[in-house]
Amino acid sequence: MNALIRLLAVVRKELRQLRRDRITFAMIVGIPIGQILLFGYAINTDVRNLTAAVADQANTHLSRQFVSELRQTQVLDVDQSVSSPEQLEALLRSGRISVGVYIPPDFDRRVLDDRRPAAQLLVDGADPTILGVANQLAGMPVAFDTGPVSRAAPRSLQVRPYYNPERRTAVNIVPGLIGIILTLTMMLFTAVAIVRERERGNLELLINTPVTTTELMVGKVLPYIGIGLIQLALITGVGKLLFDVPIRGSIAELYVAAFAFIAANLALGLFLSTVAKTQFQAMQMTFFILLPSILLSGFIFPFAGMPVFAQYLGEILPITHFIRLTRGIMLREASLAEMSNELLVLVVFTVVAMTAAVRRFSRRLD
Amino acid sequence: MSADNDLAIQARGLTRRFGDLVAVRSLDLDVPRAGIYGFLGPNGSGKSTTIRMLCGLLTPTEGSATVLGLDVTGNTSLLKPKIGYMTQKFSLYEDLTVRENLEFIADIYSYRRPHRNERIAELLVDYNLEPQAKQLAGTMSGGQRQRLALACAVLHRPELLLLDEPTSAVDPRSRRDFWAKLFALSDAGTTILVSTHYMDEAERCHRLAILDRGVKVADGPPAELQKNTGMTIIEVVSESPSRAQALLNDLPEIASVTQLGVRLRVLLPSHIDAPLDLVSGAFRSDGLRAECRIVAASLEDVFVAVTRDGETRESAT
Repeated sequence: MNALIRLLAVVRKELRQLRRDRITFAMIVGIPIGQILLFGYAINTDVRNLTAAVADQANTHLSRQFVSELRQTQVLDVDQSVSSPEQLEALLRSGRISVGVYIPPDFDRRVLDDRRPAAQLLVDGADPTILGVANQLAGMPVAFDTGPVSRAAPRSLQVRPYYNPERRTAVNIVPGLIGIILTLTMMLFTAVAIVRERERGNLELLINTPVTTTELMVGKVLPYIGIGLIQLALITGVGKLLFDVPIRGSIAELYVAAFAFIAANLALGLFLSTVAKTQFQAMQMTFFILLPSILLSGFIFPFAGMPVFAQYLGEILPITHFIRLTRGIMLREASLAEMSNELLVLVVFTVVAMTAAVRRFSRRLD
Repeated sequence: MSADNDLAIQARGLTRRFGDLVAVRSLDLDVPRAGIYGFLGPNGSGKSTTIRMLCGLLTPTEGSATVLGLDVTGNTSLLKPKIGYMTQKFSLYEDLTVRENLEFIADIYSYRRPHRNERIAELLVDYNLEPQAKQLAGTMSGGQRQRLALACAVLHRPELLLLDEPTSAVDPRSRRDFWAKLFALSDAGTTILVSTHYMDEAERCHRLAILDRGVKVADGPPAELQKNTGMTIIEVVSESPSRAQALLNDLPEIASVTQLGVRLRVLLPSHIDAPLDLVSGAFRSDGLRAECRIVAASLEDVFVAVTRDGETRESAT
């Protein structure tokens, strides 16, 4: 009973401090909304309007028609014409174009010859996404309108579907973005929590009172679970409103998954807080975890495509499991029961991190 | 056993090292119950380190200490509810109001309503904090913060109060009020251990330990310490204090010379015979007119006398 009073005292104190900390309060709302707008609008794997130049040395009816078809895909923005492939290379090198279209003088004859490619795309292959687009374009068929056979006619529609239409990109991004935002804010808030009290001298007073380490830790974490759930509501709300991101599965189950994930991040943040000596160190550690969370979790790059070593690293991160859960629940209408493993990992992670934090926290100053 | 019970704090050979630095060196301490016990010493003399060891914040490198009959090197959870600790730096929450801070501390000590609110109301009146009840602690003056810190430290009515330089950031008026509070608490039976580097505060303590570079160099009631300095104090009033001081510095018998305005305070070991003649003789031979008389030792003289040993001890090693 006394333990409960002490725990609630810590919770109430945290809430009161939070209410007065306008910047943190603004971050609670600002980060999710800012990030979802940023990611929702900026991240787009549906590549369009690549700057391109054409060197049409054939200059026949067919070659001109070919260039105009390329333009119509809207993938290439052909706004320059040059006379030689060397000039294309120069433009490519200078960075003024991403793709150069070289049409050789014998283009018409090459079109009729199945063994030889009709034209060449010179591509800035440093960016795999652009290279991928170019590879798609290479599959575009060319034929004389008057030709006896329009050979691969059905394939002519295959360029666009390969890249998700605008809507699908956001749909894939938002469930993962929930994980990124919660990782950032939850870990940041708690990572500085203990360090701040130590820096301000509050801790020296606190550890001389009957409050136990567990009461202090749990009390500090509890208010943020509520805040994390509010953020979840914000992100899914904005996602639905602006990007039409569906929640096809159970909303309640989504919140259960988020609860476990938030707890995992808060526990990890607390652990960092017991390691760091200053608030600045705590923030650095947070970003040290945030970066792999973005890169190795399957948020941006497909998890299966990563090297095995990176996959192991990714499996350690709570966000990897949470993104599987959110994508499953929100997009595939999966139930928690079907993905209980992922949930279990989050629970185990929370218990381990919290225990480590409580263990590491010293009630002495030495 | 009954003798032990009269002591709030008993320490034997208490030592604390930080790397090569010895912050506190084999300290023996007997603090009787229900009195104000002072730690006097300059910065870095080991006052804070000792207090932190006594409340279980720092583990002693060597030695032992019992506080209220409990060993501070072991589990201190039984000790915490019995002691109140006021840190040197203000350690309450600056972004909480006075009342919120008190509520938090009361909750931490498991005070329940309505008992809790009665206690807080009582403290707000006692510590003259009622006008500031809704003010954020961070926006208060040094004196107000200090009153809040003391109110929080005594909220749970501890048997022992450990105060680490509580008045270092407050004006003389607030210091007077603060000491009035300490005497009231002491009268009510609370044992108080207070560290300070102010002589006037040290003089108010029932008992005093003078710390110098981690070593206890004197221990006893202030009046007794003043009586037993082992020094003869001569006050010199001369037309040229600086010339007088230069002359005195040439005498090997003299332990220390301190200038206070136009006066000089001269300390000589008490085994020297006819000290007055020695001092006035030095002036006479140089033709300097000066008035010399033997005076009673002040606490400052005690401090100078005992810390001088520390200097010679240090230069010997």
